[in-house]
Amino acid sequence: MAAVQETVQTVKTIDVDQYKYGFVTDIESELAPKGLNEDIVRYISAKKNEPAWLLDWRLEAFRRWQTMVEPTWSRCHYPQIDFQDLHYYSAPKSTAGPKSLDEVDPELLKTYAKLGIPLREQEVLAGVEPQNRVAVDAVFDSVSVVTTFKAELAKAGVIFCAISEAVHTHPELVKQYLGTVVPTTDNFYATLNSAVFSDGSFVYIPPGVKCPMELSTYFRINESKTGQFERTLIIADKGAYVSYLEGCTAPKRDENQLHAAVVELITLDDAEIKYSTVQNWYPGDAEGKGGIYNFVTKRGDCRGKNSKISWTQVETGSAITWKYPSCILRGDGSSGEFYSIAISNGMQQVDSGTKMIHLGKNTTSKIIAKGIAAGKSDNTYRGQVSAHRKASGARNFTNCDSLLIGQECGAHTIPYIESKNASAIFEHEATTSKIAEDQLFYCMQRGLDAESAVALIVNGFVKDVLQQLPMEFAVEAQKLIAISLEGSVG
Amino acid sequence: MSAVTRMRTPAEAALIERFAAEKATLPGAAEARAAAFARFETAGLPSKRVESYHYTDVRALMRTVAPDFAGKADGMRQPETDEPRISFFNGVLHSVSNLPPGVSCEALASALASGTARLGVAMGQASDAVVDLNTAFAREGVAIRVAAGITVPGILHISLTDAMAAAMPISSRPRVIVEVGAGASLCLMESITGSDGIAYQVNSVVELLVGDGAKVEHIRVNLAGDKALVLSTLAATLGAESELMSLNFTSGGEVSRHQSFITYAGENAKLRLNGVTMLNARQHCDNTLVVDHAVPHGESRELFRAAIDGEAQGVFQGKIIVRPHAQKTDGQMASNALLLSDDAAMSNKPELEIFADDVVCAHGATCGALDENQLFYLMARGLPRAEAEALLVEAFLDEALDAVSHEGLREALAAKVSVWLSSRKTAA
Repeated sequence: MAAVQETVQTVKTIDVDQYKYGFVTDIESELAPKGLNEDIVRYISAKKNEPAWLLDWRLEAFRRWQTMVEPTWSRCHYPQIDFQDLHYYSAPKSTAGPKSLDEVDPELLKTYAKLGIPLREQEVLAGVEPQNRVAVDAVFDSVSVVTTFKAELAKAGVIFCAISEAVHTHPELVKQYLGTVVPTTDNFYATLNSAVFSDGSFVYIPPGVKCPMELSTYFRINESKTGQFERTLIIADKGAYVSYLEGCTAPKRDENQLHAAVVELITLDDAEIKYSTVQNWYPGDAEGKGGIYNFVTKRGDCRGKNSKISWTQVETGSAITWKYPSCILRGDGSSGEFYSIAISNGMQQVDSGTKMIHLGKNTTSKIIAKGIAAGKSDNTYRGQVSAHRKASGARNFTNCDSLLIGQECGAHTIPYIESKNASAIFEHEATTSKIAEDQLFYCMQRGLDAESAVALIVNGFVKDVLQQLPMEFAVEAQKLIAISLEGSVG
Repeated sequence: MSAVTRMRTPAEAALIERFAAEKATLPGAAEARAAAFARFETAGLPSKRVESYHYTDVRALMRTVAPDFAGKADGMRQPETDEPRISFFNGVLHSVSNLPPGVSCEALASALASGTARLGVAMGQASDAVVDLNTAFAREGVAIRVAAGITVPGILHISLTDAMAAAMPISSRPRVIVEVGAGASLCLMESITGSDGIAYQVNSVVELLVGDGAKVEHIRVNLAGDKALVLSTLAATLGAESELMSLNFTSGGEVSRHQSFITYAGENAKLRLNGVTMLNARQHCDNTLVVDHAVPHGESRELFRAAIDGEAQGVFQGKIIVRPHAQKTDGQMASNALLLSDDAAMSNKPELEIFADDVVCAHGATCGALDENQLFYLMARGLPRAEAEALLVEAFLDEALDAVSHEGLREALAAKVSVWLSSRKTAA
């Protein structure tokens, strides 16, 4: 069945030529010289005033990277990247590091206001607690320009700051956890990131603490001929909970820009991290000129028992998206979730999905992925579910649907399902009827037609995440999720 | 960064040497062979780094190449039978008997030399290293023709028997090309058998051209010896309004890889691919399918069932391709595996590659142990656990046998399932 009209319309409103965030902020930047060598690694490290151990860590990664070969197995095609033709560091001159809000360059504040990201700490009216407060770490090119609500978070014991700052203020935590989920040797782009990473967020939630507000990071690439290599590290200690969200945009440019980030999540016993992404990097124009190459390694490690990591992603941007937010389910009884909506338009290419690696006993995982391809784009879901020999009682349920709009696009599904334990139960479905037949029935019995019932249900399971998104995105994302599953091709 | 150059394995080196020595004497046009061998020479034997061989590392499994059978096949005897049969012993064509009217059979070498048959006719857009190796060296085989409109009665049996009267490992590479005329119907059984205890290597390729409106059943029964490496390929193109049912029935071999490359050449063709896999000890079996919907209105159904015991490993890789403009394609693929022991393993990779927007494609893959509730139900009714298990496994596997229309054959295969289950029971 072909896509229904409403879906076609909705997808059109986010077509590549409708990109709203393509403006450039006119701000003077300090750039590292073009190219990549040990001196550049030292330059970045010196700029961040890093301790010797971190510089050594970077250099080791860099030496490793030099011996590595670029992977080519994805379903993405792009000209060879010239890694010497990039600036690996770019910072607005006016900001020599994260400061308090009053000190931030008004030009930057304007930029974020224009993007719909409120970089202010709402005043608390007498007796009225503002709802849905979000603490934001704003990363502009290679530096974090400001982090809001820091003081209030500190009261709860939560550490939320730029990773370059955490290196100085909490070196023991950074040293203990950095690179333990995504080692420097992990893969080509993760190793490159380890060598040249600039800013990103650092979050630590102490034992038993439920983070009092949403945390979020907003990434903005501004300068041309740069790459962004952020690194994010989130640790939820025993019994802690945090919901974190990231957003990203970039100006319209004719060139392709590289974004190779690494995100590491760690949950200890009974902890939970909810990680949401609204990825809206510049997708290039209708002819496929320009756009961001989004080659990202995101991985969560459920280290403790009964811990939980959930990834939610809404992917509409980037010329090429190549990422697999994954969960290592190490602790007994831990669980991983992955909800994804990837929409590709124009000449975009998406090769995304997840990995659920069941190592511990009675671990569970759930994957819901929805891919929509329009224009001349290619949209691939690639996912791995594996059960280790000792993962008795592991359970996985996977449901992935894809939808094509037009005759020049492609939708692909490549699941890898590997079970080495007889008591592990894996189910992989690519049909829509299986999704909560009873819920559908319940809604329809109350007078909803099938399509709105499905929209309601799909909306339901991501709603609590979407509600926390900045307004601008929440509306957009809600719209996307309401896209009908009608006409899915499996 | 320079490309990594790999070391040649002894097997690869031996094959290169052998091709150089043999190529002048191989029948038919040399270009196709040279091209196939050139691809092999560049890429080498497929290792797990090659996506489609990720779970079956032929490079590691085939460290050396066994020599071809050098003795005479004349002395071998097949049991007397009235059925139409084409027999190969140790990879060498032995006899053709009881061919019904309308069916002709020519030795491959002469068919290639005279140009009445061509290698690779049914491969479509598929390319595969194992098929390339067969193509490069193909000498033994047959070209079969079924005249248009003929209904071939019974079963045409192609019997591949290896490691007979040979104490040493041998390698065999039979190639069978079958052209089924428009409106004809044929049931083809390909049996792969051989002696236990000998590490022989089979690389068989059946190419099947299904004419417009023709109906073909292809049943591949792998009962190879317990040390055998079996690489077995079916390549088929489907004409308009044609129907093909192909079953992979496996309980033999130490390492087996069954490939099916199916290409839709005409509209409204129907395909059913089924699999029954029973593995034990340290067996490894890989069923790999590529179903290429190149034209509109094709229908495909795949149902693969595997029961895996001991330390065995099952692999299912199924890929449905829907080319641009192949609208109204209807594809459904299912792979279900039962893991019967703690050390059994299963890897599923059901893939969809879709370029047309008005199609229905679905896949499902499940993997797990026997349902405790069902076992309990049966045991509560007085069945011992082993019998209850056997009953459930049998029901599970037999479903994939239903597509076999020849009653006698279906029953014979069902009996093999029972035998496998009872051997399992005594072992347990």
